Amino acid sequence: MSVELIVFLLLALTAVGTGFGMLLSRHAVYAALFLVLNFATVAIMYLLLDAPFVALSQVTVYAGAIMVLFLFVIMLLGAEQLPNEFKWRDLLPAIVLALLLLAESIYLLFQKITLNAGLTSSAAEGLTDPAVMASKLFSSYLLPFEVTSILLLVAMVGAIVLTKQEKKKKGEQA
Amino acid sequence: MIPVNYYIILSAVLFIMGASGVLIRRNALVVFMSVELMLNAANLAFVAFARMYQNVNGQIFVFFIMTVAAAEVAVGLALMVAIFRSKQSIDVDQMNNLKG
Repeated sequence: MSVELIVFLLLALTAVGTGFGMLLSRHAVYAALFLVLNFATVAIMYLLLDAPFVALSQVTVYAGAIMVLFLFVIMLLGAEQLPNEFKWRDLLPAIVLALLLLAESIYLLFQKITLNAGLTSSAAEGLTDPAVMASKLFSSYLLPFEVTSILLLVAMVGAIVLTKQEKKKKGEQA
Repeated sequence: MIPVNYYIILSAVLFIMGASGVLIRRNALVVFMSVELMLNAANLAFVAFARMYQNVNGQIFVFFIMTVAAAEVAVGLALMVAIFRSKQSIDVDQMNNLKG
């Protein structure tokens, strides 16, 4: 067993464990913290897959920005726990459907990939280099990149409009 | 070197966990987190295939997915706040105002 395989197995175990932790914890703050750990392990997996820039943006964007937003809203609302969160009689069909989906997806994936599709031992020159990625992003993917900026602007305006408190004007009945 | 299948299986398992989270949880915030888990599983598959085909396009797609996820979270959490203001609860079973 190579060192890399051991690292991968430990990370996979952590990822699945934290995923279950998120799925089953009653307290929303604990669920969010489990998810942060999950994102961190996936970021280390990106490092194993020779994608350092993606790994670091995973840590800053996902584990940093998005999860901070989640924790902020959870604590703002004060709705960490719901009474009778798990209704066990509804749970059985969900679990059956999930297992069915898992079996289906793995079957379909393995029809397309041959079983021993190994990774080559060394990454290509451009794969780990952020400069190569940037030049591609600003040439072949320029239009999607610009559309993304519009998407972020729309999301920002939408978030502000949705959370804005309606101010009552003077002389107007509530 | 680890076969790419291991990463793909892990990605499928994480995706299924996210999907079952959407199915079994009633707290809308946790449902949202499950959606994030599914997006993340898709990202893992993208990066694994990018490594397999030695092609940087997969990693660029991951960037686009991350930006879309960030936008989705911003709007979604704003919706949660708005719903909580009107209903005093974020139980997804109680969001049935449009039910005939």
